[in-house]
Amino acid sequence: MVDHTSTTPSGAEGRGPEARPFLRFRDDDPVGDPAVTVNAFLGQGNATAVRIEPGDDTRELLPHLDRVALVEVNFPTLGDGRGYSAARILREEGYTGELRAVGNVLVDQLAFMRRCGFDAFEPGEPLDAADVEAALGRFPHVYQQAADSAVPIWSLRHGKEAGARNG
Amino acid sequence: MYRYDQYDQAMVDARVEEFRDQCQRRLDGQLSEDQFKPLRLMNGLYLQLHAYMLRVAIPYGTLSGAQMHILADIADKYDRGYAHFTTRQNVQYNWIKLEDAGDILADLASREMHAIQTSGNCIRNISSDHFAGAAADEVCDPRPYAELLRQWSSFHPEFSYLPRKFKIAVIASPTDRAAMKLHDIGINLVRNNEGELGAAFYVGGGMGRTPMIAPQIREFVPLDQLITYAEACLRVYNRHGRRDNKYKARIKILVHELGADEYRRQVEAEFEHLLAQKIEPPFAELERLCEFFGDPGFENLAEAEIDRSDPEFALWVDRNTHPHKRPGYTSAVISLKPVGGIPGDATAAQMRLMADLATQYSFDECRVMHTQNIVLPHVRKADLHALWTKLDEAGLATPNLDQIDDIIACPGLDYCSLANARSIPVAQKISQRFAANGKGDTLGELKLKISGCINACGHHHAGHIGILGVDRKGVENYQLLLGGSEADDTSLAKITGPGFDEDGIVNAVETATDVYLANRADGERFLDTYRRIGMAPFKEALYG
Amino acid sequence: MIILTGNDLATGAVTWWTGSAWSHDVADAADVGDQADAIAAREEAARRVNVPYAIQAEIGPGGIVRPAHIKDRIRGLGPTVRPDLTLKPGDADAVREVI
Ligand code: HEM
Ligand code: SF4
Repeated sequence: MVDHTSTTPSGAEGRGPEARPFLRFRDDDPVGDPAVTVNAFLGQGNATAVRIEPGDDTRELLPHLDRVALVEVNFPTLGDGRGYSAARILREEGYTGELRAVGNVLVDQLAFMRRCGFDAFEPGEPLDAADVEAALGRFPHVYQQAADSAVPIWSLRHGKEAGARNG
Repeated sequence: MYRYDQYDQAMVDARVEEFRDQCQRRLDGQLSEDQFKPLRLMNGLYLQLHAYMLRVAIPYGTLSGAQMHILADIADKYDRGYAHFTTRQNVQYNWIKLEDAGDILADLASREMHAIQTSGNCIRNISSDHFAGAAADEVCDPRPYAELLRQWSSFHPEFSYLPRKFKIAVIASPTDRAAMKLHDIGINLVRNNEGELGAAFYVGGGMGRTPMIAPQIREFVPLDQLITYAEACLRVYNRHGRRDNKYKARIKILVHELGADEYRRQVEAEFEHLLAQKIEPPFAELERLCEFFGDPGFENLAEAEIDRSDPEFALWVDRNTHPHKRPGYTSAVISLKPVGGIPGDATAAQMRLMADLATQYSFDECRVMHTQNIVLPHVRKADLHALWTKLDEAGLATPNLDQIDDIIACPGLDYCSLANARSIPVAQKISQRFAANGKGDTLGELKLKISGCINACGHHHAGHIGILGVDRKGVENYQLLLGGSEADDTSLAKITGPGFDEDGIVNAVETATDVYLANRADGERFLDTYRRIGMAPFKEALYG
Repeated sequence: MIILTGNDLATGAVTWWTGSAWSHDVADAADVGDQADAIAAREEAARRVNVPYAIQAEIGPGGIVRPAHIKDRIRGLGPTVRPDLTLKPGDADAVREVI
């Protein structure tokens, strides 16, 4: 399980000349390969980056996770929350590569996305760094177990310390 | 009652500050209305017909005296001196300013309350039996399980952008007083053959434009797998629920289109997977929650005879009390349905009185019923007359629980921007009509429910008599429905035929009750007679 | 005629475009002709109104603007079941006139 708890983005600068807004919580180098569709990925033995659209079945990727370095999950609209499940499933299945939310990503969604396992963001509109920090630091605790290492309140109440995982 | 600890308080306080910021960003123009709308909805703030409307969560309908007091204070300080209790055991304010929203949430947080997830496409306030912890027929108090689900669903990172809103009800007795099977998930706590407690899951019920009764998806989920099972139900819905059409986005459509068996298969597969993820809270947490809902300090009383010499009091006792599990106690219902009044509305003064009476007579506890009334759950029978006297002085002792004038009505076109027709005036006219003609007292249990549009906030599908407001070429029109029930004998009401205007619908209701009176066999309620004789005699009388 | 209505951003109060400003009284509403979209866009951008929309209306009895749909007439007056909270709490006929 990757540690996704860091709230300070590293490598938040852009990539290359036509840099798009980009936010990253990983120490390794960003994957530069263009992400292909799930269908293209499944049909193509050598792609290492794949983009999941809301209607795709994330679980189709599971047999091939060992060759994936980047999964992009597209959020075409704010309200379509399928990408949150896609991300959690990938992390639950042991995927440790970059998991990047792209598209309609507002600062108000970041904390939930981080909890579902996203560790990189490429929002359609740039995010203000101070807003990002405020949003990620907003809630002192969490109520439930998710894909990050945050310890739920109900475990803290019964002797688990922050930083330990259930199980 | 449940009390926040430092964790709960810190979360609610953080939410207040978050929403304060979001409101400020909207007022400053950093957020557009499109961007702000989902954020404000997750804090229960709507833009309604006359102003912003705030919906405050009352988890499983339970309130302390102090909480009822702050609700009254908010009504005076930020609204127009009243509030509206809803069928989902929440409370709504109709005249809220965006500028004040942060301060209101802070006031709520000071008494362990919030408006989190009272709207939006997320898991909403968990509702429950209003007689929980008091009812003689319950297997256990359902509220610790509702509280566990409340915490699990609060700020759920995966399920905050569902296809559509998601409502959960938890009950624990054979008599369903919470319309459990008309929820997205209905949970019924039961004992299995070994005597162990567990949860039966019903998934895919609902009202709205496509009313459906939830099928059972699992007969028995062990208590130490409750959250994991709920998570599985929600994940299947979040991934596969329809998002192409708002009207087909509720989980009931998914369950219906897949079929209960296929939905169950998918949930069970997801459940197996999630069990390995160890997301279930420690069992000690459930034990901790159960302690909050233990005995509030009942005295060992002898079973008491109530002095029935005052006939008005005796009538109120017969109609507005419910058997308690402890001898010498009863649950008393405060009707918010005076004849000609607005169903579910209470003034700040009435709310303060109810708060004080809860403190004095009911271990500091009251409940909001889904029928828009208030319960004092644990009243000593010896105190009933004193309680009734005080209620009567304040106009809160209408003896009409489950009578024809105990009408559920949604806000309708007087307040709601989605409405086709007004609901409240119809409710007022019906209660006045039956008070004036004296028939009201002859009808027995008769549940009348009115919605101002197909969204069915007034549960019209579940009324013994239901009324649905429709728009006929810009004019208010009302359809009559018969034969619904939200209780354990859940059924959906059927439309009688062409609609009526406002006076016409009041007449039609009277006609329907006349058919019942003419046909009823011994001991039959309206619903029983309808079920026995069918729609035809009613149609004949209404349109013949 | 076509009139423009919305809610005040900060207070949520119902407002009507008078031709030069926003008023709480529907009687002040002005015909916006084909300018509804332009005015709405400009005023919303300036945060002087929230979710403005254009509706049909006519000049009713007494020369008073009367929105074509009952919903907007109730918005203009207030809840018909609480005359005390409407724009015209003293006017016994006000409710009857909007329905
Ligand atoms: C005035 C503001 C309100 C608005 C805008 C509103 C909106 C809606 C909508 C759109 C639906 C249909 C949802 C769907 O089927 O997908 C609905 C259902 C419902 N609402 Fe409301 N409502 C309001 C007030 C209320 C009130 C005051 C109550 C309680 C008296 C209430 C209780 C319910 C219930 C019980 C349902 C239907 C049950 C279901 O299918 O879940 N709502 N509401
Ligand atoms: S049923 Fe319709 S009119 Fe009534 S409150 Fe719900 S949305 Fe509004």
